[in-house]
Amino acid sequence: MFTGEDLILACSAIGAGLAVIAGIGPGIGQGIAAGYAASAVGRNPGAKGDITSTMLLGQAVAETTGLYGLVVAILLLFVKPLI
Amino acid sequence: MNYLMTAANDIDIMIKGLFSYKLFGQEFWITTTHVSIFIVMATIIIIAIIAKRSMSKATEVPGTIQNIVELVVEKLDGVVNGSMGKNADKFRNYIGCIFIFILLSNISGIFGLRAPTADYGVTLMLGVISFVMIQYNGIKAQKGSYFTGLFKPLAILFPVNVISEFATPISLSLRLFGNIMSGTVIMALWYAMVPIFFKLGVPAALHVYFDLFSGAIQTYVFCMLTMTYIQDKMDV
Repeated sequence: MFTGEDLILACSAIGAGLAVIAGIGPGIGQGIAAGYAASAVGRNPGAKGDITSTMLLGQAVAETTGLYGLVVAILLLFVKPLI
Repeated sequence: MNYLMTAANDIDIMIKGLFSYKLFGQEFWITTTHVSIFIVMATIIIIAIIAKRSMSKATEVPGTIQNIVELVVEKLDGVVNGSMGKNADKFRNYIGCIFIFILLSNISGIFGLRAPTADYGVTLMLGVISFVMIQYNGIKAQKGSYFTGLFKPLAILFPVNVISEFATPISLSLRLFGNIMSGTVIMALWYAMVPIFFKLGVPAALHVYFDLFSGAIQTYVFCMLTMTYIQDKMDV
């Protein structure tokens, strides 16, 4: 038989799945940043090192929102705060 | 379904307690994180002793170890100089120190340890240290105008400014934790879930990406952001 705990576990799994949808945003943002960096390197190949480090820094900052979703999903799945 | 259920029990991502003791009526645990951190610290101390040995009898034409030490110090100084300019002298030691510590912590996953930075307790403390440095240097550099600066551009924005100050260490620490933790989770899932055939060779590529590449990038980002925040507060 299903108990209340099973229902909470099932809903936590669904919630974890919904939380990682947050990954869409950083994916698009990082792609745009990488695209502009590629075109910048195409125009000025001499500045490749600076462009790459700036791009990686910006991408890592943009990634933060996606990681918040990931942290929420991990909490729901493995720490089970609702039970 | 049964296969999945049994595999799910093998997933090994959590921090495990190894030994408990009581202090002031509270129960404390020595966990895998402590063990990993002490191994990382021992490695750093051994490297430091070797570096000191070779630098104390430094020669005009550098030998192998002296060459490596000089290269590492030069690169770290270059990173700090590049982003802090004239303030670099005061922060070279601190940034170099946390850079080496976080880098070795992140890549310790390759050697079978549970990366210490995949524990939120560790990264939060790193974030809090950065927060204290940011605020201390800000108050020291700006004196009274630091506090009036919180009321700019409008006095009504004071709560927002305070929240944004306190969000800095949280976002710094969650970024590092989330990246390393996601690597740990994916590696654990891979080891627990895939058939035995894929456990040969394929994890090497995953380890290179999740431990080496991602770990190095996150180390660079953490140090870079700490320096940028301090620089922001000192140059106004």
